[in-house]
Amino acid sequence: MLNAMIVEPQDNVVVAIEPISKGDTVTYTCNGEEKALTALEDVTIYHKIAACDIPKGAPISKYGEHIGLAACDIKQGQHVHCHNLEEHREHLEDKV
Amino acid sequence: MNFYGYKRPDGRVGIRNKVLILPASVCASDTTRIIAQQVVGAVTFNNQQGCAQVASDQQLTMDVMAGYAANPNVYGTVVVSLGCENCQMDLVVKAIQERTNKPLKQVIIQEVGGTLKAVETGVRYAKEMVSEAALLQKEEFPMSELILGTECGGSDPTSGLAANPLIGKLSDLLVAEGGTSILSETTEFIGAEHILARRAATPEIRDRIFEIVHRYEKALQLVGEEVRRGNPSPGNKAGGLTCLEEKSLGCIHKGGHSPINAVYDYAKQVEAKQGLVIMDTPGHDTSSVSAMVAGGAQVIVFSTGRGTPTGNPLAPVIKITGNRITYANMVDNIDVDASPYIYGTKSLDELGSELLKLVQEVACGKQTKAESLGYTEMSIARVCNFV
Repeated sequence: MLNAMIVEPQDNVVVAIEPISKGDTVTYTCNGEEKALTALEDVTIYHKIAACDIPKGAPISKYGEHIGLAACDIKQGQHVHCHNLEEHREHLEDKV
Repeated sequence: MNFYGYKRPDGRVGIRNKVLILPASVCASDTTRIIAQQVVGAVTFNNQQGCAQVASDQQLTMDVMAGYAANPNVYGTVVVSLGCENCQMDLVVKAIQERTNKPLKQVIIQEVGGTLKAVETGVRYAKEMVSEAALLQKEEFPMSELILGTECGGSDPTSGLAANPLIGKLSDLLVAEGGTSILSETTEFIGAEHILARRAATPEIRDRIFEIVHRYEKALQLVGEEVRRGNPSPGNKAGGLTCLEEKSLGCIHKGGHSPINAVYDYAKQVEAKQGLVIMDTPGHDTSSVSAMVAGGAQVIVFSTGRGTPTGNPLAPVIKITGNRITYANMVDNIDVDASPYIYGTKSLDELGSELLKLVQEVACGKQTKAESLGYTEMSIARVCNFV
């Protein structure tokens, strides 16, 4: 059963659409292909999980856009939230 | 697609037929409450402003008051002022008359001789207006007469995944019908303004989108604050929204995919049949809804992840959640469950058609849950704004 979703294929986080416990297989479809990873911790429904390893300082992407920077090295399967995402205001006029 | 509504003498079309008892300031607000309690069919609100304001701040209050009186859901207005406030009766009446020629009566508490006389006069005016309003017959109008206000509050990640995309779908459908949809909440454009700017119909509108976002951020910085200190809220975070960019990227889905044809300042009158427009409002639900209602929106669609009862004195508010747990938990407050989109059991097209049908029914008189429960809260933005 799918228990997560990815909003855009280029995102590096997925969203839990069911409650997820440490050790659970997190399953989602990306471009029609089913993908799976292992949850490294409990994740509340609708919270984010790293879809891949994200090094400290790298952008975190959801909706195909940057929502912030990794505040530390984040491993695939870890919960991504206020404790490991650093807020970052980008200059967006150049992106139009 | 058509609905049955009320034709107003200024040419606009209402979907409710209320008499507004309008307090010109906080000092008249309890008096309007007492008046409205005596008259079935009359509504009022608590105006926290109207006095001790600088010009630009007072203008926001004046625009909301004038816009409320002009909102097509209102048959006529009884303005009540204390007499000595900044928002003087003649200024309020002039501002209303610049927007509409609907029935208008005035009561100045200090001039009529205190509360009891003001209440008596106000109640008599209001009762007369309610009787006249009752004689008005509904007529059939195209959906293009509707101005839809879109709002999100108590957001969580499901707002951006389902409820806001559904509102965006509705917005696109209404725009295709020739109507108008307002995207609001400048606070929650921050970090997503480039996506909106790409959809601006002209370079001027693109520049205006950046301008309202930067103006908003700078205004807070002038008083030594950052918007992030107040937004996202604790509830947003508990739900899974981490930061303002994430919230914004979900928020802007309410605007669908139509081109953006105009940017309005807070509470200014919106022209009908304009397609998708933006209004510069703060990400504070009731003050944002107030601005769109003042702009002429007859109906509001409001997404919520955490669940919120918010209504409005003049416009029906349709509540939508993408969170299946919240829908079950707060079904008494929420009109539409958008969660089937997340779980793949319904498409956005299906949900969009159902929602458009509901908007048509609400336009024809069906009560929303916020209406049936009697929710009428509202607030007005200030120069030192909400976040």
